[in-house]
Amino acid sequence: MANFEKVVVETDLLILGGGMAACGAAVEAAYWAKQNGLKVTLVDKAAVDRSGAVAMGLSAINQYVGLKDGHNSIKDYVDYVRNDLMGITREDLVANIARHVDSSVHLFEKWGLPIWKDEQGGYVHEGRWQLMINGESYKVVVAEAAKNALLQSGVGEIFERIFIVGPLMDGDRCAGAVGFSVREDKFYIFKAKATVAAMGGAVHVFKPRSAGEGLGRAWYPPWNSGSSAYFTIAAGAEMTCQEVRFIPVRFKDAYGPVGAWFLLFKSRATNATGGNYMVERVGELEKWGPYGRVKPIPANLRNYLGMLDILEGKGPIYMRTEEAIQKIADTYKDDPKEYKKKMKELESEAWEDFLDMTISQAILWAASNVQPEERSSEIAAAEPYFIGSHSGASGAWVSGPEDLQTDDTRKDYFWGYANMCTVKGLFAAGDASGASSHKFSSGSHAEGRITAKAAIKFIVENNTLPKVDDNEIGLKMAEVLKPLDTYEKHKNETTDPEINPNYIKPRMFMFRLQKIMDEYAAGISAQFSTNESQLNRALELLAMLREDSDKLAAENHHELMRCWENIHRMWQAEAHVRTVLFRQETRWPGYYFRADKPKLDEEKWHVFANCKYDPKAAKWEVFSRPVRHVFPKA
Amino acid sequence: MPSYVNVEKCDGCKALDKTACQHICPNDLMVLDREKMKAYNRDVAMCWECYNCVKICPTQAVEIRGYADFVPMGAAVTPMRSTDSIMWTVKFRNGTLKRFKFPIRTTPEGGAVPDGGFSTAGDLNSPNLFTEPGSTGMSEVFTLKR
Repeated sequence: MANFEKVVVETDLLILGGGMAACGAAVEAAYWAKQNGLKVTLVDKAAVDRSGAVAMGLSAINQYVGLKDGHNSIKDYVDYVRNDLMGITREDLVANIARHVDSSVHLFEKWGLPIWKDEQGGYVHEGRWQLMINGESYKVVVAEAAKNALLQSGVGEIFERIFIVGPLMDGDRCAGAVGFSVREDKFYIFKAKATVAAMGGAVHVFKPRSAGEGLGRAWYPPWNSGSSAYFTIAAGAEMTCQEVRFIPVRFKDAYGPVGAWFLLFKSRATNATGGNYMVERVGELEKWGPYGRVKPIPANLRNYLGMLDILEGKGPIYMRTEEAIQKIADTYKDDPKEYKKKMKELESEAWEDFLDMTISQAILWAASNVQPEERSSEIAAAEPYFIGSHSGASGAWVSGPEDLQTDDTRKDYFWGYANMCTVKGLFAAGDASGASSHKFSSGSHAEGRITAKAAIKFIVENNTLPKVDDNEIGLKMAEVLKPLDTYEKHKNETTDPEINPNYIKPRMFMFRLQKIMDEYAAGISAQFSTNESQLNRALELLAMLREDSDKLAAENHHELMRCWENIHRMWQAEAHVRTVLFRQETRWPGYYFRADKPKLDEEKWHVFANCKYDPKAAKWEVFSRPVRHVFPKA
Repeated sequence: MPSYVNVEKCDGCKALDKTACQHICPNDLMVLDREKMKAYNRDVAMCWECYNCVKICPTQAVEIRGYADFVPMGAAVTPMRSTDSIMWTVKFRNGTLKRFKFPIRTTPEGGAVPDGGFSTAGDLNSPNLFTEPGSTGMSEVFTLKR
């Protein structure tokens, strides 16, 4: 076995991840841990300053409820999320995030994030729930507060560049995690009384549109590799909404954001003949039950109307940037000085939108000589992603807070500690927790805070360090390092170590997964459509892929991380395929279309589809859970 | 290629135990060639073009060349990040130049105070999180329990 030093770290609260949810968890945990004499350990596979989905920056905060100014109520937000997700959402979880998210945003502002202000000093809204920010350093500022909280209070420690592979268990309780340094020959064993999984969503499970150099230019970051999903699945936790993938429609190829264009600049999108699918196909919405009649129209239905245009050969679809800017500037047309000023301002806002969060799109504009005030730009549906935020919903099935339950919801939605999975001592936040969509960056931070406080409460009430069998640790270490051993054993058998009949390198393994998912599980090549036979074929191929994962080979630490990232992706893929297969209807036609079950079936399928893997029996179980309401329906 | 390193400008961050780009890359792509003492991107097809290596490089040796499989050649987008603002220079394929400057933070670097000046009311059983209810701007946090 590769000669790695075994490093044991004992702690009270273990926070896995370094993104928005993990940073929220850190800032919250530091306070309660200090009060209760506990220790907090945060482990990030990258550098906390610039890790997670906000690593590049953001141009907007997409969840701000505006409670203090009476702009909206908690129920308003819950109604919005439930409708957008076609009726399937955990109202207790969404309400819990909604009641704390404004607090996170106010903290961001105090920490130093510049939020746009209007002349009266109020926040500038992009849309009803969205605020405009100068967000180049959004993550830096949020990470700084988290680090200051952990390190200045003396309760915390931070490990960077440690890749977490999977959970440690003590019977039915989570006992921590194992992983390895991507820089040194060190295998880490983190023993903890409670563990927060906040390692993001999953990208590159499906084949992306760009398969050359642009492979890395996914809409969500390529380092989000399904580690949260794997961690919770491997611990035996119940998962939810594994079928509710997210497909964003964005500026084509570079995936620049469209929110500012649609919401702030009120732009239209039109097809090859100048038609607007949102107008021309409005009748199609009638087929999707009550959700086709709500405003705003659910994201997946908006996607679907555009996809129908593409299927009928009416592409490309263009965002009419020039028209939108002209329309705004026209209000100043009688005052040439003001008009010039406004045009300049709009141009700067349009470029900042990309430069803050998707710089590639700015490069693509410059490289194509596109000035948005002069020319339209193409938009397109991206490949599917797995996230617990935006209009996606996949993640672990977690307990809600006690004080947001009703007599109706309590027995199904509450089991002791907010955001605890169905596994004792294991918590999930951000993209790791499911059925609580539309949390975005700010809500993920708030959810991290909620989770950390509940986890500290769990520790105080269950204050024993779980036992971990040394034998089991030895086996785990051998399993984790195996790709290095496989490579060493066989590398000299061929003249080029990239090709060898005894192993598979992580890049090709990822391509194999992506091809299966793309072709059989409703990826881009399959026009987001699948059926029972296709899904069963996907499962056959995934089973062989799983067998072959035993033959992954890694030349160095970096490749060892890639091997495990792809194993994580593979488990996310299987949970997805099994759940899509289970749900005998089409509910989110703009995410995937079950061609053999093409209709919404409210009578039978207005339920959560949950799944669970039993590691001992090596068996999946997929089943439904009822949708219950905290708030009376609108 | 996404990020690439200018041979002339890169000094391998010789004074440090690891290079700045290596420290910051969220995807573990930047590495130092110890023989040449130059950094490079080991897997350009996994680069998100997040520009963190570009922004952090002390010698401005790291730049981005748009993804070769869909971006026409000849453009460049270059940041200059200071402690409170960032200046972007956008060079078009046709030579057009644009420059934009945006604020990045309102507090001094390192100065984020975790509680933001808000005090916390309540214990582990209260719905109030750290800094609440003050940081919510409301007198109390919403609950169904009365």
